[in-house]
Amino acid sequence: MTTAASDSKSHDANQMTGAAMIVRAMIDHGVEHIFGYPGGSVLPIYDELFQNSEKLQHILVRHEQGAGHAAEGYARSTGKPGVVLVTSGPGATNMVTPLADALMDSIPIVCITGQVPTHLIGNDAFQECDTVGITRPCTKHNWLVRDIKDLARVLHEAFYVATSGRPGPVVVDVPKDVQFATGTYHPPRKSDVHVSYTPRLKGDAGQIRKAVALMANAKKPVIYSGGGVVNSGPEACKLLRELVEVTGFPITSTLMGLGAYPASGTNWLGMLGMHGTYEANMTMHDCDVMLCIGARFDDRITGRTDAFSPNSKKIHIDIDPSSINKNIRVDVPIIGDVGNVLGDMLAAFKAEAKKPDIKAWWQQVATWRGRNSLAYKKNNDVILPQYAIERLYAATRGRDTYITTEVGQHQMWAAQFYGFEEPNRWMTSGGLGTMGYGLPAALGVQVAHPDSLVVDIAGDASVQMTMQEMATAVQYELPIKIFILNNQYMGMVRQWQQLLHGNRLSHSYTEAMPDFVKLAEAYGGAGFRVTKPSDLDGAIQDMIKVKKPVLFDCRVASMENCFPMIPSGKAHNEMLLPSEANDEATAAAFAGGKALV
Amino acid sequence: MNQPASAYFMDERKDPIETHTLSVLVQNEPGVLARVIGLFSGRGYNIESLTVSETEAQKHVSRITIVTTGTLAVIQQIKNQLDRMVPVYRVVDMTLSGRSIERELAMVKLRGVGEHRVEALRLAEAFRARVIDATIESFVFEITGNSAKINQFIDLMRPLGLVEVSRTGVAAIGRGPEGM
Repeated sequence: MTTAASDSKSHDANQMTGAAMIVRAMIDHGVEHIFGYPGGSVLPIYDELFQNSEKLQHILVRHEQGAGHAAEGYARSTGKPGVVLVTSGPGATNMVTPLADALMDSIPIVCITGQVPTHLIGNDAFQECDTVGITRPCTKHNWLVRDIKDLARVLHEAFYVATSGRPGPVVVDVPKDVQFATGTYHPPRKSDVHVSYTPRLKGDAGQIRKAVALMANAKKPVIYSGGGVVNSGPEACKLLRELVEVTGFPITSTLMGLGAYPASGTNWLGMLGMHGTYEANMTMHDCDVMLCIGARFDDRITGRTDAFSPNSKKIHIDIDPSSINKNIRVDVPIIGDVGNVLGDMLAAFKAEAKKPDIKAWWQQVATWRGRNSLAYKKNNDVILPQYAIERLYAATRGRDTYITTEVGQHQMWAAQFYGFEEPNRWMTSGGLGTMGYGLPAALGVQVAHPDSLVVDIAGDASVQMTMQEMATAVQYELPIKIFILNNQYMGMVRQWQQLLHGNRLSHSYTEAMPDFVKLAEAYGGAGFRVTKPSDLDGAIQDMIKVKKPVLFDCRVASMENCFPMIPSGKAHNEMLLPSEANDEATAAAFAGGKALV
Repeated sequence: MNQPASAYFMDERKDPIETHTLSVLVQNEPGVLARVIGLFSGRGYNIESLTVSETEAQKHVSRITIVTTGTLAVIQQIKNQLDRMVPVYRVVDMTLSGRSIERELAMVKLRGVGEHRVEALRLAEAFRARVIDATIESFVFEITGNSAKINQFIDLMRPLGLVEVSRTGVAAIGRGPEGM
């Protein structure tokens, strides 16, 4: 008996090295793909990946930032955590931008970083940096694992923390000697949650009843939804749609929340905020009851805070208590998971309230809609960026399509002119505003959805920040389509210089531009260039057909600006509409000096 | 002068600045103090005083007492930001609860001879400060009390040959039988 027992112990399948535990934990958490880049401090883990390549596919990027954004795209399009593996020192510091990006947009990322051996920590060793120190303010939580005995628990905690409550990025920093050390692994158990972290999921019933009473008596209501609805999951989006149906309220959404309610829905007002539609912003400004669901009253949404929706009672559903009353005071805060709260709210509304009569309010909304705030002048000679996105939308509508973007004018035009019918189809860097996000994010989306059409609506400046990931796309045969609205400017920077800095275009023009067609071919992808509106539709069809990564150089009107716009520091009802944006009106709208935000 | 009000001007509201004492129970894991301090510096909050020590060794629980200043809205935001941190169990605003005792310990070094020494000893007795070190030309007093009492004691010692002061910062606990 004793021999058998000791035998079984020596062959205990749970005895393994730290490196093996890391790979095993990923497999146990259902991870199928990881994005990474090898280096000295993660070689033991890469050795394990080599031996487990059938269970866990590793995507080799060309720069760690690419791995981070790819994991974000993967996470956002699947609802599962994105997983990243990078080495110590520069590997870790290159991950800082995607971590900060994921924290701002509440994207679950589990990032494993290698670290120098424990006895060298603090010695300024080769490729050493204080990874947990550097990433502390840009992660939801992070850990340095100094003892193999803690590793399995910390790995499971990391997945729990990243995906529960308000999702976010986490970092587990593992010194090389801990990767080599042998210890006992345990599969994830219920108790592998962080002892002090218990986010509140269920909303307070009393608060929900108060909210329902406000909604039932509203004359001029609006629903303002955000990324929290998408993060809460498909069920939450279904409930949101049902709530709109049951109440008959108009609904607008933040940049991050697009797709939770379909753009073709009758109650849809379009996006709100700085570049939102006139009807969305006016509805927000004049409403008497505002129901904010999973959004956070960001400064790009509110404009001038002391003039934000002055006459409304505000209900705010958020899983993060620190979002409540941070920027805007609300009357009925409800802390909880959107899906959970909406379920209870719907039940309460159906039981206690009737659809309020808001016909007059809808008539008012119709007159605002009549201003047609997204109108632009058609042009037969040059491609207008708005037109390019409309044509892309027309060509991809009804297909299984995912859209990512970079950051700038093209991003706002994409949000305005591309209609999203479903959640998780729209990947964009909202909070941090990271140029270079879209190309690697598209890569991550394509890994998760190999048969879908994945398009990065890009700008010529942004796309050059992470262009190297074209090589990754070619290596893994990921046919991402990089649709570049090329105006040779950093368009949004230039727009602000024109509007706020006396038209002094300081360093916002890219004098040397690569030949994107040749560049695509050099990487082993396909290149297209279109300069005439009449050629656009055909070229888009050709782009969709190509089974390779594509750089699509869409030459657009170089001086087009993005409207409508709330000048920063102004209120929702002080929008500048495209039809009114002549020089005089623009000068007046932006009078009062340079805005700070 | 005619600057448009933007989101950045939010803090210019004329709400009064208040001082609050917060008790924070945290999981005593590496970096937890850096996390709390980083929150304050990263978001521009003030720390007037900060005291930290492990209070329940078996459960690895530490208690941090922070004295901070800000408008009521800012202080509410500080509490929410602390509360959502992964290693934080609980945050209690001792000032709002209105039923808390706050104490600080200070060690006060004095150098002097003759009349000043006698006067210092007499004041120390009145303040219930103890002599914990003495030479023929110096004293070290230990004094506990709320911050105002300690400030007053230090002010009185200044003309009597005050050399230096070491203070622990505020520790706070609620009155009555209930725990935090």
